[in-house]
Amino acid sequence: MARRTPLNDAHRALGARMVDFAGWDMPVQYTSVIAEHEAVRNHVGLFDVSHMGEVEFTGPGALETVNALISNDLARISDGQAVYAGLLNEQGGFVDDIVAYRFSPERILICVNASNRDKDFAWMKEHARGVTPVDRGDDFAQIAVQGPKAAGLVQRLTKTDTSKIGTYRFAEGEVAGVGAIISRTGYTGEDGFELYCAPGDAVALWNALLTEGQQDGVKACGLASRDSLRTEMKYALYGNDIDDSHTALEAGLGWIVKLDKAGFIGKDALVAQKAAGVKRKLVGFELTGPGIPRHGYPIHKEGKPVGEVTSGTMGPTVKKPIGIGYVPAELAAEGSTFDVEIRGRAVPAVVVKTPFHKKP
Amino acid sequence: MSDQNIPGNLKYTNEHEWARVEGNKVVVGITHHAQATLGDVVYVELPKVGATLDQGDEFGTVESVKAVSELFSPVSGKVVKVNDALTESPETLNEDPYGEGWILEIELSDTSQVSELLDAAAYGNLLKNA
Repeated sequence: MARRTPLNDAHRALGARMVDFAGWDMPVQYTSVIAEHEAVRNHVGLFDVSHMGEVEFTGPGALETVNALISNDLARISDGQAVYAGLLNEQGGFVDDIVAYRFSPERILICVNASNRDKDFAWMKEHARGVTPVDRGDDFAQIAVQGPKAAGLVQRLTKTDTSKIGTYRFAEGEVAGVGAIISRTGYTGEDGFELYCAPGDAVALWNALLTEGQQDGVKACGLASRDSLRTEMKYALYGNDIDDSHTALEAGLGWIVKLDKAGFIGKDALVAQKAAGVKRKLVGFELTGPGIPRHGYPIHKEGKPVGEVTSGTMGPTVKKPIGIGYVPAELAAEGSTFDVEIRGRAVPAVVVKTPFHKKP
Repeated sequence: MSDQNIPGNLKYTNEHEWARVEGNKVVVGITHHAQATLGDVVYVELPKVGATLDQGDEFGTVESVKAVSELFSPVSGKVVKVNDALTESPETLNEDPYGEGWILEIELSDTSQVSELLDAAAYGNLLKNA
């Protein structure tokens, strides 16, 4: 039996098509993937992301404990800021990709992928030295409000001055009378917020956002548009583009790896890999022949298999067949060409600059 | 429109294709239910005119933003017409699956196969029991 978020009935009432995602009964789309995608690019969209997990570290040494587990550096940010980071294994591959919120050096909250909740918590419990992690996954619902009109919408529902919350910063306040962590983060490439609230408050918050957002052209958006939006930005999806066998450097996520900070799991492997040179890289490409690249399709160069597509779609905004995949480093430069094998056919592709979608 | 948009004058397959019999020819498309399940269609791959198909052969694919779906021929025969307009405007499959969204026309090699297809009532039951 799939788990349900507090918004399950709300999704069904809106006529959502529900699917099983990582053991959760989630809306994949309500009306049209393209309409939902475009609502986020041009107006504002709401996503139920309550299935994601949270792990909290509280007490003296919390920051140091988490810093030894993640690739980014919580010591370089201030209270009220968040970082995107890798929770890496000893080989520099991903146990998960996470966002860590620094409330204070003694309180760090980590948001993890739904598909990795149990694995991540077990990993953190096993490897934490100092503060003991607490699984807070069932204590939070989460609604992502994304799009150029998101800030205006959220501002009309809160007394907190959201103009003071910069990108990757957060504040605690009330939205629509509901206590929330108001975080200026997202997974769409648009401005917006992720609102964490108590599960019992999620329906009230969701309905208030839908009602107040009418004037903004708000749409409830499902997992399918969440995926097409993030693909157009080349944001990695765990299980597709990143996993335990590809390192953070191979994934092009060197910017979330602070090799100059004190020891963290995976650091030694990444230092060695950096010195030796990264042999395969995650690139963004466009097909120049007919077809759509999809997860798992082989990448060929002169008839020989050299890599694999990790994500792909017809980008609703960029209106092109776009893909993400691992290729040898010598094929990773912009303008490099290779073939994607689609149902036995070799379709030419070219490496392009990412994100695929550039804001006008 | 509900998923029960099933014209009575057409025949159907378990794979959610429809077939309109016109003499020794059959026009083929995907059902309203198929396009609704698939979502926004953004790409179609069609066979060439002159291709020969056996009943149940995969003859093309329809892709939405999210997924790839194979098309299967309801009958055996030769492809005599292909709706090339779908290549430029795949969204026609969503907008008018029983009309402008037709996919191809097959000249039957065995007219008796038509009787093996589902009628509207049987296809309606298939959807209800799905």
